[in-house]
Amino acid sequence: MAEGIRNKVAIVGMGCTKFGELWDKSSEDLIVEAYKEAAEDAGIEIKEIDGAWFASCFEEVNVGRGGIPLARALKLPNIPVTRVENFCASGTEAIRGACYAVASGACDIALAIGCEKLKDTGFSGLPDLGTGEENRFYYPNITAPGMFAQVANAYFAKYGLSREEGKRVLARISWKSHQNGALNPRAHLRSAPTLEVMINAPIISDPLGLFDCCGVSDGAAAAIIVRADVAKNFRPDPIYIKALQISLTPATGIGHQSWDGIHFESTRIAGAKAYQEAGVKNPREEINLMELHDCFSISELITYESLQISPIGRARVDVEEGFYDFDGTIPCQSDGGLKCFGHPIGASGIRMAYEVYKQLQGKAEPGKRQLKDNLRLGLTHNHGGICGSLVCSVAIFGNEL
Amino acid sequence: MVGIISYGAYIPRYRMSRKAIFSAMGWLNSATASVARGEKAVSNYDEDSITMAVTAALDCLNGCPNDSIGGLSLSSTTAPYLERQNAAICAAALDMRPDIRTADFCASLKSGTTALIYACDAVKAGDIERFLVCAADSRQGKPGSSMEHTLGDGAAALLVGKGDVIAELKGTYSLTRDFPDYRRTHEERFIRGWEERWVRNEGYGKIIPEALGGFLKKYRLKTEDFEKFVISCPVDSTLNSICKKMGVEPARIQNNLMDRVGDTGAALSLMMLVAAFEEAKAGERILVLGYGNGCDVLFFQVTDQIEKIRERMGIKKHLERKENLENYLKYLVYRDLIPVDTGIRGEEVPPVRVSLIQREGKTLSALYGSKCKQCGTPQYPRQRVCINPQCGAIDKMENYYFYDKVGRIKSFTGDYLAFSIDPPAIYGLVDFEEGGRLYLDITDCRLDSLKVGTSVKMSFRRRYADKRRGLYAYFWKAVPI
Repeated sequence: MAEGIRNKVAIVGMGCTKFGELWDKSSEDLIVEAYKEAAEDAGIEIKEIDGAWFASCFEEVNVGRGGIPLARALKLPNIPVTRVENFCASGTEAIRGACYAVASGACDIALAIGCEKLKDTGFSGLPDLGTGEENRFYYPNITAPGMFAQVANAYFAKYGLSREEGKRVLARISWKSHQNGALNPRAHLRSAPTLEVMINAPIISDPLGLFDCCGVSDGAAAAIIVRADVAKNFRPDPIYIKALQISLTPATGIGHQSWDGIHFESTRIAGAKAYQEAGVKNPREEINLMELHDCFSISELITYESLQISPIGRARVDVEEGFYDFDGTIPCQSDGGLKCFGHPIGASGIRMAYEVYKQLQGKAEPGKRQLKDNLRLGLTHNHGGICGSLVCSVAIFGNEL
Repeated sequence: MVGIISYGAYIPRYRMSRKAIFSAMGWLNSATASVARGEKAVSNYDEDSITMAVTAALDCLNGCPNDSIGGLSLSSTTAPYLERQNAAICAAALDMRPDIRTADFCASLKSGTTALIYACDAVKAGDIERFLVCAADSRQGKPGSSMEHTLGDGAAALLVGKGDVIAELKGTYSLTRDFPDYRRTHEERFIRGWEERWVRNEGYGKIIPEALGGFLKKYRLKTEDFEKFVISCPVDSTLNSICKKMGVEPARIQNNLMDRVGDTGAALSLMMLVAAFEEAKAGERILVLGYGNGCDVLFFQVTDQIEKIRERMGIKKHLERKENLENYLKYLVYRDLIPVDTGIRGEEVPPVRVSLIQREGKTLSALYGSKCKQCGTPQYPRQRVCINPQCGAIDKMENYYFYDKVGRIKSFTGDYLAFSIDPPAIYGLVDFEEGGRLYLDITDCRLDSLKVGTSVKMSFRRRYADKRRGLYAYFWKAVPI
């Protein structure tokens, strides 16, 4: 295996806007806000940036195409600016581009920033996948909840869970995230309803109800990347990149009977490679906190297993025992996750890194929602596309070299 | 010996009680009480005359090799396209060979029997070995009208050929009258009629006996020479009085399906003929009278081959497969007769790219995928590189079609977020028994009837109507068996 990115680069500054239905904020407002926080955190100025990677996914909605929206908003002075889009992995792709540029020596200081304005469509949920021939002709009019609902039905069938039993497990996952999100002033959804309210909420795509689905939000997040060996010139507590992996399942899940419909192959592969890259031998013992792609409760459940944290078929036991709760063994979605913090797609991967960065520094609003344990390694996970053909990103961050 | 080789039919799954129509609309026109009896077959929101014809044709072909068929016609007064041949769309869906003669027979209720005569002539002339005659209709009466009660939806298909026929054609006779009982211009959505008494007495009541008389005279036969009369007269009282005058007792009159299906227009005579075949014995002589702007007469004699093709869905089994549609408003929405809130998401219709549909060709029309010659894996859509993670062979593919294959539901959902005129949108992954996995819409079912493992077959459906650009898109969906 290639040498990998481990300990070559570090994050020295991060910013993240409040996520939510930000009717009165434009993408320019969000980009500038996320950038300002990150630049102040790193102590740098615009003219010091050598290259920028900009993530946005549904650019048609508002943000605009190419690197122009970012360059225009910050008046980046004729440096390379690249837009990246890879469904829900877009934000992590921006971090990856910036990290690789710095690691290669092409840039000294690189900016990764993601921004998405989803709330100007006029309807709930994500925009339809568009006019590509696949969506229009071969496939049903699939929505994101519809894809993950199928995974839930298949999972229930495989493990003999009744619809009611299955929905209760899923609700427990969302319940935990709402408990966390309620404490986070930047989160989109800050309510903390009871388990019963969640179980009995209106159905969006059977068996998934309203509380099985994450918030669809506006927001932006940013990171400043430098070489690891100079990181302490910027701040005493840089966060080092331990692993950055992308894996994409080439439609085998939807076209070949080998996929069981209840695990995420790209997550399994990206996770295994990330552990290897980061030198993690037993993830259940070594990872201290995780931000997983909980676009839907079932996505988080399956990801526990596909990331090899919970044994296959046992994630629901870990959920019920509070393994992933704020005070559990591996706290998951300590900031509320996509479920409550919200999901402006291009920003989400960077938002997850933001939470891990702050927690590993001990600066996640201490006294209110800072995790107490001796934290060393944090993991972020995104996936997007079509269930059975998902692109997955897994990143691992650490506070020591 | 020229005649019919095989038969098939289709009746949509939904039936609506005519009482339900009357309870909703009887206040407007209380005279419709006289026709508010029995039930009618109603096509689903994703069906039209093309899709019903294709389903009937598949029932008729029942595995018969397509390459022997040199002609295909569609008879309908409600073919979706006025320009763009509807029969060609059927031929594409049925994966017919390219050098096939196709035609739309339209505008008349007798176009079903007329097409059958032309098909027999073509086979007799020796130009064409086998000719597939399809007929389907889904006619629309105005809400509250008597016709709204009486009209029903359905289709039939007959394969005409030489040799081992189940029924030999022994004679034909045609009468044409420009009798404007029903009419509709291309600008109109609904059928117009004249006073019903006039249509019954001057139309059915005079034209059918006149055609029968002409036929009997031409062949020097008598009504006693026939065991069964298939007369496409949808008015029971008129049918009975015609037969009484002709000396045909009720036992020899083929049921006109009005009680359980309704007047299926151009398809009615052929659907009744299919029903007659289902009960027929070798030697039976059947006289078909197809009414409409005149009347066609066809004389068939059943052969002992009929016993060999009993395993069709036909009329009988389709009558048993049904689901009541009790909500009259839902029927109006299916027929696009009242504007409903589709939500802002439903208004976002991306443009159809016609050249793209054309490029996809059989991938869309006949559900063609590929089969890897190296590992044998069926896959969809057509691939250049094998999808099997253990194989990955490049350009080792042969064509493979899924439209006649049986699958099982691997995963499914009922999606309330996705736009559908009939929410929830039900779809899922289907694993085929002979290999391959497709992502498909699932139709003609209730969500609570589905399970992981439910068996499904493929059904040709209207995927959507792009009204702004005047385009209907067709594709295959899964239907629980």
